[in-house]
Amino acid sequence: MTKDTVQRAGKFHVDAIQEKAATGKTRGTVGDIKAVDPVMRATGVDVFYGDKQAIRNISLEIGRNEVVAMIGPSGCGKSTFIRCFNRMNDTIENCRVQGDIWLDDEDIYDKDMDVVLLRARVGMVFQKPNPFPKSIYENVAYGPRIHGLAGNRTDLDAIVESSLAKAGLWEEVRDRLEQPGTGLSGGQQQRLCIARAIAVSPEVILMDEPCSALDPIATARIEDLIDELRKNYAIAIVTHSMQQAARVSQRTAYFHMGELVEVGATDQVFTNPRTKLTEDYITGRFG
Amino acid sequence: MTSLNEQLQKQQAVSGPAALVRKGLKRRYRAERRFRLFGMLAVALGLLFVVILFSSIASNGYTAFRQAYVRLDINLDQAKLDPDNTRDPEVLGKASYRSLVRDSLYAMFPEVTSRSDKRDLANVLSNGADYMVRRAVMEEPGLVGTRQSFWVPVDDEVDMLIKGYIDRNVAESERRVSDKVIGWVDQLQRDGHLESRFNTLFFTNGDSRDAELAGVRGALMGSMYTLIVTLLLSFPVGVATAVYLEEIAPRNRITDFIEVNINNLAAVPSIVFGLLGLAVFINFFGMPRSAPVVGGLVLTLMTLPTIIIASRAALKAVPPSIRQAALAVGASPIQTITHHVVPLALPGMLTGTIIGMAQALGETAPLLMIGMIAFIVDVPQGVTDPSTVLPVQIFLWADAPERAFVEKTSGAILVLLGFLTLMNLVAVVLRKRLETRW
Ligand SMILES: Nc1ncnc2c1ncn2[C@@H]1O[C@H](COP(=O)(O)OP(=O)(O)OP(=O)(O)O)[C@@H](O)[C@H]1O
Ligand SMILES: [Mg+2]
Repeated sequence: MTKDTVQRAGKFHVDAIQEKAATGKTRGTVGDIKAVDPVMRATGVDVFYGDKQAIRNISLEIGRNEVVAMIGPSGCGKSTFIRCFNRMNDTIENCRVQGDIWLDDEDIYDKDMDVVLLRARVGMVFQKPNPFPKSIYENVAYGPRIHGLAGNRTDLDAIVESSLAKAGLWEEVRDRLEQPGTGLSGGQQQRLCIARAIAVSPEVILMDEPCSALDPIATARIEDLIDELRKNYAIAIVTHSMQQAARVSQRTAYFHMGELVEVGATDQVFTNPRTKLTEDYITGRFG
Repeated sequence: MTSLNEQLQKQQAVSGPAALVRKGLKRRYRAERRFRLFGMLAVALGLLFVVILFSSIASNGYTAFRQAYVRLDINLDQAKLDPDNTRDPEVLGKASYRSLVRDSLYAMFPEVTSRSDKRDLANVLSNGADYMVRRAVMEEPGLVGTRQSFWVPVDDEVDMLIKGYIDRNVAESERRVSDKVIGWVDQLQRDGHLESRFNTLFFTNGDSRDAELAGVRGALMGSMYTLIVTLLLSFPVGVATAVYLEEIAPRNRITDFIEVNINNLAAVPSIVFGLLGLAVFINFFGMPRSAPVVGGLVLTLMTLPTIIIASRAALKAVPPSIRQAALAVGASPIQTITHHVVPLALPGMLTGTIIGMAQALGETAPLLMIGMIAFIVDVPQGVTDPSTVLPVQIFLWADAPERAFVEKTSGAILVLLGFLTLMNLVAVVLRKRLETRW
């Protein structure tokens, strides 16, 4: 892609926001949606379930080496929004996405975009650990194998080991790689799912409430892991725990009733929120 | 303070929620015990029926696996079999074995001289005796010119007498076997020339007019070929349909319409499929009558809905989180289906298939329509040879007038049940193998 297209892309996204804000249909977002070194950029995204609009006109960037936390009351559309980034919404019947999302300089909703390739570049970890009912090894090796990332068994072994190591699970499972992944504890299963996601070397990792099924100790491990992963990946995480958002993220986005109300540096959002809605939510007055 | 608390507790013990719960407890436990009792009764009743059914069939049928044989010392006379010493199969095949067999029997009863007595004596042996001797000689021409002893089956009525199904105490005129014959049989038994042996013919022969020669081999092979055709067609087609409808097809009017019709198909009486098979496969496409391939096609139509419905249920039971997990690492929809969804659903699909196959194995009505009810002596060698199937064979034998076919009928039912058990056993083993432990 040429520099020109990149600029055009960037320009389009600013235009889109201005245009939508100008029509006065939405409240508009307070704060800077921009990331320092953006990998993915959502511009004016609307999502509908049938006739019902779940999120409206959301623009947000996800940057390299940063964690973006998405918070907000239940049902405000965080999951819906994060699923737009790897087009998991495609799998939901009657779900329609409008607007554009860019991965580097490619529009992922373009008809030329290959969804398989997109999902290899944008990994996802779900709320409930969902390892395949196969061995631990197979769980991690599955992605690299279908994408042909490993030339031979030795390469594959190396990928499996390094992915498990990055997910902080290697020491615990190195002697039981052939045992079923579903036999691990909840926290271990979730780390296995993270290992599975990073085994295909994505650029972005999406996490939808990855710790909500885990105890505080397992949660702390995953949080450390997220901080570690930040060095190599761009991460977007949905969480209901304000403390977690504060601990792991660099930027925080507050969603409300399908809109992105405020976004900014995590410190700022938590210590000095600029909108009343955000303040009410983080001080626990509602939500 | 304490007294107030105590008072409260006392009050609660009498009328609080705990007291209410306690009051209801007894009733709940009673209901639970009653329910369990009903369950156990139902199981016991089911078992009782099974035991009665099996024991009645087995007690009627086990005698079909035994048969009385007579030992004959036969002089395989070269002059009679192969006068020119050619050992040519053609010559050996044409020779008269009947007289050899009879002569050896007459030799045991020198006192029998009149023509009619001799004929009656010869009738103690099965018609198949000649063929058995002939086959032995054809297989081993070196036997010609030697003296050999053969065990040959007795006639079915004599067999019935020996098995005690013919009462010796009724008047001779009321009896199917004359006093004379009884005398000869007793003599044979006394001399040790008569023996009850395992009835291998029952498992190696096709159908026959002579009860002692009738076997289930033809029907068994017919059933096997028919089922193989059914399985080969209905499993892949059924699974592919289920996967397409469940995983790939968009939900719309057309798929709804298809779904309704598949459910309808499951309720169509099987004889209708037989008529359809007759009209389409035989009359229109000109396929052979009475052939397992047509039977298999017809039974495929019948089993498809069962397999499709069971497979769809199995696919529905695969947790969506597994599909999401596969899609999220970049598996294509087809990879998600073939690598994850179908393997997890396979045990359920197999269950549906085995139910369908068991139905197909027991099906008679549609097969009658396509001519698989014919009297067929030869054991079929392939899917296009005319043949019959086990349930039809049972039906045919149940209809036969000879007393000996009663035990054959039960014996064939036992074989059918054995076949069924074997099939289910294979399915259980397969399912255990394929089942994923979570
Ligand atoms: N598959 C669906 N079909 C129809 N409506 C949906 C679907 N998924 C979500 N919605 C609706 O979209 C809105 C946003 O849902 P979403 O799951 O994104 O909320 P959320 O912010 O993730 O909530 P939570 O914090 O409880 O997970 C809700 O009103 C929800 O009812
Ligand atoms: Mg959610």
